[in-house]
Amino acid sequence: MSEIPKEEYLKPCTAACAGCSSSLCLRYVLKAAGPDTVLVIPACCTSVIQGMYPNTAFNVPVYNIAFAAAAACASGMSRAFRSQGKKTNVIAYAGDGGTIDIGIQALSGALERGTDFLYICYDNEAYGNTGMQRSGATPLGALTTTTPVGKTEFKKDIDAIVAAHNPPYMATASSAYPLDLYKKVKKALSIPGPKFIHILAPCPPGWRYDSDRTIEIGKLAVKTGMWVLWEREYGKLTVSGPSKTAMKKPQPIDEYIRAQGRFKAATPAQIAELQQAVEKNIERIRKEEEGIC
Amino acid sequence: MLTIATGNKAVAAAVKEAKPAVVAAYPITPQTEIIEQIANYVATKELDTEYIPVESEHSAMAACIGAAAAGVRTFTATSSHGLLYMHEMVHWAAGARLPIVMANVNRSLGPGWNIWAEHTDAFSQRDTGWLQVFVGTVQEAYDATLMAFRIAEDERVVLPVMVNLDGFSLSHIMQSLETVEIGDFIPPHHLTHALDVENPMGYGPMTGPKDYFRFRWDIERSMRDSRAVIEETEAEFAARFGRKYGPTEDYCCEDAEVVVVSMGTLGKEAEVAVDVLRKEGVKAGSMRLRWFRPFPDLDLKGREVVVIDRDYSFGFGGVVAASIRAKTGVECYNVIAGLGGQEVTYDDIAEFVRTRRIGEEQWFGVSE
Repeated sequence: MSEIPKEEYLKPCTAACAGCSSSLCLRYVLKAAGPDTVLVIPACCTSVIQGMYPNTAFNVPVYNIAFAAAAACASGMSRAFRSQGKKTNVIAYAGDGGTIDIGIQALSGALERGTDFLYICYDNEAYGNTGMQRSGATPLGALTTTTPVGKTEFKKDIDAIVAAHNPPYMATASSAYPLDLYKKVKKALSIPGPKFIHILAPCPPGWRYDSDRTIEIGKLAVKTGMWVLWEREYGKLTVSGPSKTAMKKPQPIDEYIRAQGRFKAATPAQIAELQQAVEKNIERIRKEEEGIC
Repeated sequence: MLTIATGNKAVAAAVKEAKPAVVAAYPITPQTEIIEQIANYVATKELDTEYIPVESEHSAMAACIGAAAAGVRTFTATSSHGLLYMHEMVHWAAGARLPIVMANVNRSLGPGWNIWAEHTDAFSQRDTGWLQVFVGTVQEAYDATLMAFRIAEDERVVLPVMVNLDGFSLSHIMQSLETVEIGDFIPPHHLTHALDVENPMGYGPMTGPKDYFRFRWDIERSMRDSRAVIEETEAEFAARFGRKYGPTEDYCCEDAEVVVVSMGTLGKEAEVAVDVLRKEGVKAGSMRLRWFRPFPDLDLKGREVVVIDRDYSFGFGGVVAASIRAKTGVECYNVIAGLGGQEVTYDDIAEFVRTRRIGEEQWFGVSE
């Protein structure tokens, strides 16, 4: 961790919940990006975490924008900065709702146009900001306030959707592996064009676990293969260190599922379906890395 | 330079002269020609701008907001459903105090699907905090677009401006156009609250009732101050380029006993109607509202007023007539005409005056 700068761009006065992993992620994202950075954030937890006017917990300019508009706003901003000869990093930092659901059109457009920006989706698998309603990223079987008996559909595969746009760089990351995240942000910002990083961000109140277990839950997601860390640079996929080890012999997902209250209504059949999906995904990633597909 | 052009081409020519750094837009009938022309200017290097062909109008305004926040001059154009689709961001632009200029080619709203002129699209943005000007000729479309940049960016205003021109009856008809070299008429763009990494701040965060209320008041205060800025700008424009504009365009109003109030191209039609009526001995005048926001002070006391609304607020009445009653206390004869491109000739307008029933409303061409 010695290579991570000591400078803090996220002040300790945030309005984040105890054990919030997305604010932890943002801390490392900003350390990697440095001071010549502007954050664009749609309605999401981060717009609450930054605090209330006239205060801000962020030490970079942060532009709040409407829920569906982060990628488009960042797109205009990036072009304006470049036209002024400025290299300022433009980072859209959006939740799964603003990325996978309402913001997907703007994200798709910005990717297709080759916008020079980094889009980060911190994924807590629900609309956390407003009290944990279902999102397209909510996994099968999970309880939310709008899926009171558990979600009956699988999580939307935003990574496949983004990959179809063929960005020069995309990656997954996890709040439980900050060094991996830091390196990925660094690399992403060194590459021109559109970049996408998808971070799994466990949420204590939403996922219903004690706030001191955030890192443990994040690690379990990786160890069970529920979340696979990889990066795809100019189309070439590489599995990242922690997942390389985990993929050799993934732990059963039961431990991850049992550690969270949100899965308490999941049926054995749903858990089996989730387990199958995990295995299928690992196999797909392994094949892609080996160049088989 | 004297040429002929459509209203759309005139707007694009003004944009070329104003040199925005970023144009983000989505094509929609009948605005399409504006952004096609701008795309051409960019392709032929006649205009050095970042042209962002976005995937929707919502994103068009969002991209303009991002670019404007980064401190550069921005422009977009839209129409009808496009304007309504960007409605959320239209609010956002004014609330964030960004001097974006947008041409709106006025068009009706479906269903039924209809592409012709109507002012309901612009009026649906009435309370967003944008200045709104309505033009009546190709030349005015050009001149108003130029002045819009200057007015929007004035430090006493710093609010977005919408330049409205009637779909097809202005966007697609050709008239003579005199283009100008603006020189220093529009000063270099400077936004005092542009994003600055040396001075990090939060823009548009969660705001409590007290501060929010103050921000709303700031918008209204600037809206009020914009009256003087508009007047100065139009006066300087007249001095430099010889064409004079005001909050209204009055025709034979001085001694008029009956005044026709209208907006856009129908206002030009009304002037011909006044000529016809004057020959009949009717002391008629035409008052074409140019600025809708800020709403002008109108001198209508002691006259009979016929208001033509190319719009309607269902369950209530014509929007312009309602505004005039509320602002002046003067009663009027409200004619609803021209919706969805309905043809309204100067003869029709003369007939509205001849058969006026002050205090009543008529839907032109509809028998109840």
